[in-house]
Amino acid sequence: MALQSDIHAPISPSDDALRLTGRRLPRWAPVGSLAVGLLVGLFVQLTQVTVLGLAPVVVVVLVFLISYTGWTLAVEGRRHAVDRFATALIYSGAILALLPLVWILITVIYKGVTVLSVNFLFVDTMRNVNPRAAGGGVAHAVLGTVQQVGIATLISVPIGLLTAIYLSEYGRGRLARSINFFVDVMTGIPSIVAGMFIYTFWILTLGFPQSGFAAGLALTILMIPVVVRSAEEMLRIVPNELREGALALGIPKYRVIIKVVLPTAISGIITGVMLAVARVTGETAPLLLTTFLAQDVNWNAFEGSQASLPTFIWDQIARGTQSSLDRAWAGALTLILIVLFFYATARILAARYAPKEH
Amino acid sequence: MSLFTPPRITGSSVRPGDRNFRFTTTAAGIGVLGVLAAIAAFLIWQSIPALQNNTGNVFTNQQWLPDADPPEWGIAVLIFGTLWTSLIAMVLAVPIGIGTALFITFYAPRRIARTLGFVVDLLAAVPSIIFGLWGLYYFMPQIVPAAQWLSSYLGWIPFFSNDLDLYTKSILIAGFVLAIMILPTVSAISREVFWQVPKGHIEASLALGATRWEMIRMAVLPFSRPGMISAAMLGLGRALGETIAVALILSAVFEINWQITEPSGNSIAANIALKWGEAASNGRSALIATGMALFFITLVVNMTARWVVNRRRDFSGAN
Repeated sequence: MALQSDIHAPISPSDDALRLTGRRLPRWAPVGSLAVGLLVGLFVQLTQVTVLGLAPVVVVVLVFLISYTGWTLAVEGRRHAVDRFATALIYSGAILALLPLVWILITVIYKGVTVLSVNFLFVDTMRNVNPRAAGGGVAHAVLGTVQQVGIATLISVPIGLLTAIYLSEYGRGRLARSINFFVDVMTGIPSIVAGMFIYTFWILTLGFPQSGFAAGLALTILMIPVVVRSAEEMLRIVPNELREGALALGIPKYRVIIKVVLPTAISGIITGVMLAVARVTGETAPLLLTTFLAQDVNWNAFEGSQASLPTFIWDQIARGTQSSLDRAWAGALTLILIVLFFYATARILAARYAPKEH
Repeated sequence: MSLFTPPRITGSSVRPGDRNFRFTTTAAGIGVLGVLAAIAAFLIWQSIPALQNNTGNVFTNQQWLPDADPPEWGIAVLIFGTLWTSLIAMVLAVPIGIGTALFITFYAPRRIARTLGFVVDLLAAVPSIIFGLWGLYYFMPQIVPAAQWLSSYLGWIPFFSNDLDLYTKSILIAGFVLAIMILPTVSAISREVFWQVPKGHIEASLALGATRWEMIRMAVLPFSRPGMISAAMLGLGRALGETIAVALILSAVFEINWQITEPSGNSIAANIALKWGEAASNGRSALIATGMALFFITLVVNMTARWVVNRRRDFSGAN
């Protein structure tokens, strides 16, 4: 065994035979390997051996993985080398997963703040703005987004909540199981298909005009399954003792649900609704099919095209001038701030009020 | 029940309020099912005109001229582009998503795990138009050198060769951006599945002296395999239907091209978004037909994935 062979191991009790565990790397080993990787990466970066933009990063990761695993293999043996290699890969994967969000957020903030202003947000529209000229704003788009998402929320919350109540309080057997299953399936419907359905149903078949309301209906399709899923989860964790206690007092079941079960779960339900709002606010595709683009304020959600933040960004990108791209970035910053506000608030509320699951 | 019948206190055993409320909630539930059925029905119905007067074969024709006279169009190119971009996205996102989930569940300290979980979920909240904008102007310039490297050093592999010497707006870049977009889905579902691994299996393997990776390989992965497959499939479902980011990034050339580094390719959803505005009535009907195909493809993918996950949940010994 290698145990007896080397008495100069980095950390070793005086007598190998007394050791309970095999020889281990020092605690700073990962950092040390990473430092070696960084040094080599820096060398590649400075000498410009290759023209690849990402090459130094790749070199750092590779050198780190090879040196770290090789070192472990030499000191701790094969099993631990595999373990450390897997650990290093999993850590790298996690860091890699972190990278895009940080990169996107920094880019959007950096590019967006130059144009963003109170006037841009709440006063100016794109009416009579030359694509090549600076200026203009998203006031019309903010109005449209608020109306369309508001309509979607007003329709989807009652339907979603009632469905959730059915699933958690009444539903047994086949019907409940199939509703449960298809709600899950519905969360995966492509957003453009939802828009297309509203186009065929509301506009082609029923003959209504393109409108903000049609866009709201398309968003409703996307919102309902999210609301159902989150509300049902919240209703299910309401303790049964509360229901039984109320029923034992002779209160009708529907009163129990409305007066006892719903108030207990309400904070979680609101959280779920906010997550759903965050999800649909950024949807572009269904809006392109149901309300298309508009350059000016349209207060009437029931008739005519209505702007929205996502379609505003889409339009500005398509125009492709420097000024319109600046506007697109500012619109993107506005949109991401709205979405992240809803999302972060919901998650913080959820973390604070939801019962602990794990 | 047969021994003792409780005395009736009120006239009827079911109160009208109860009956109405139960009826309303059931109706809402059935309504949700009805919406799904209506989506299928209306998409089929409205795509019939274009399917009937199409002079090309829907499945094999590689043209898109539904508004021409006579109309000629086919879905082959779009299906190919949709599957090809999604496949690349899966190859990139599934290992990283599962790795992140493993990190969050088994490696990270609790506080870091929670933060990272939050951040990865936050990625799901970023609107796809922003992925498209960022992908087009910031991500693509970073990937282009990598694509050049692939084609010059690995060009002997058929997929990587590049005869046009143009590297922007390629299927590879769209695949990368899609991978980032489906990462939260893959990671979240995998995490859920890893939580269901019986604690006993994990502790037993560690107690037998397994390293952490051996524990994962022998206790966690075998138990979670079906769940990970459905996580990948749910990610696939999302990638298949992604519209705006792909519409912005892909060059929208209407042809089948296996070269992933060349500017080419199209997907069903992106094609709809790009062609909708200019399409006349038959063109829209043809686009609806492609949308119907997309709907059924994602429906099958999602149903299979959910079925696998649910079946697993029933047998899980975790709770």
